[in-house]
Amino acid sequence: MEALTIFKAYWICIVLVAIAGVYCLVMTRNFIRVLIGLELMTKAVTLLIIVAGLTSGRLALAQALVITLIVVEVVVISVAAGIVLSIFRLNDSLDIRKSRNLKG
Amino acid sequence: MALTIVALALMLLAALWTVLTRGLVRAALGLAATSVLLTAVMFIMGAGLAAVFELSVCAGLITVVFVSTIAMTQPSSKTELLAKTRHRLRRYWYLPVIIVAAGAAMAALSIAPSPAPPPAAVQDARQVLWTSRQTDLVGQAIVIFAGALGVIVLFKERKK
Repeated sequence: MEALTIFKAYWICIVLVAIAGVYCLVMTRNFIRVLIGLELMTKAVTLLIIVAGLTSGRLALAQALVITLIVVEVVVISVAAGIVLSIFRLNDSLDIRKSRNLKG
Repeated sequence: MALTIVALALMLLAALWTVLTRGLVRAALGLAATSVLLTAVMFIMGAGLAAVFELSVCAGLITVVFVSTIAMTQPSSKTELLAKTRHRLRRYWYLPVIIVAAGAAMAALSIAPSPAPPPAAVQDARQVLWTSRQTDLVGQAIVIFAGALGVIVLFKERKK
């Protein structure tokens, strides 16, 4: 019973953090906030992988996956931050609506 | 159990504060707080190695990257930007050639996949990291190299 309650708590937290990330992605028009929303969604996925590893009894494999996920996360954020800086130098703005250079 | 639920609730509050706060620096700090609380949850769950990575990399490095990016996004004039773009194109014309050559060299390499061990045997995260995964570690090294290039772009000095 206690295990079920704690699993529900994990699950509710995962879903709500993911929803907060999606809300941030959808509602904002600032490039840096888009990256922050992406990071929040990654936090939810990280917790989901650890919970899955705990419940399936393969916590070691889950940790290895999370470490790989963290490496990929850092690289994505670093490269995306570089791209955001380049866009800012080009457009003088962080507003998504003003970045129409690639619009077809 | 109560400690876990408190940590999860605080993590959720930090995530909501990150989304709802107005300032960008505050949002970045809220994200760092979310990472720290996720680290606490992971420690409680017994995933110590992944928790250390989360704390040092996500709460530390990524926050530094975000705060630096926020600090470096200051407006400048349009003619200055155009001159910079032209100068960059003249200076780095050879980069596409190098990238194509490196891609061709990597495609020519043949990396044989290693046979996987039986899944239930391994229980140590370090053992899974370094013995069960050989081929994808090459991919991870390439991803880290791409990240290093991203950091160079992020922190390179502006020419006066």
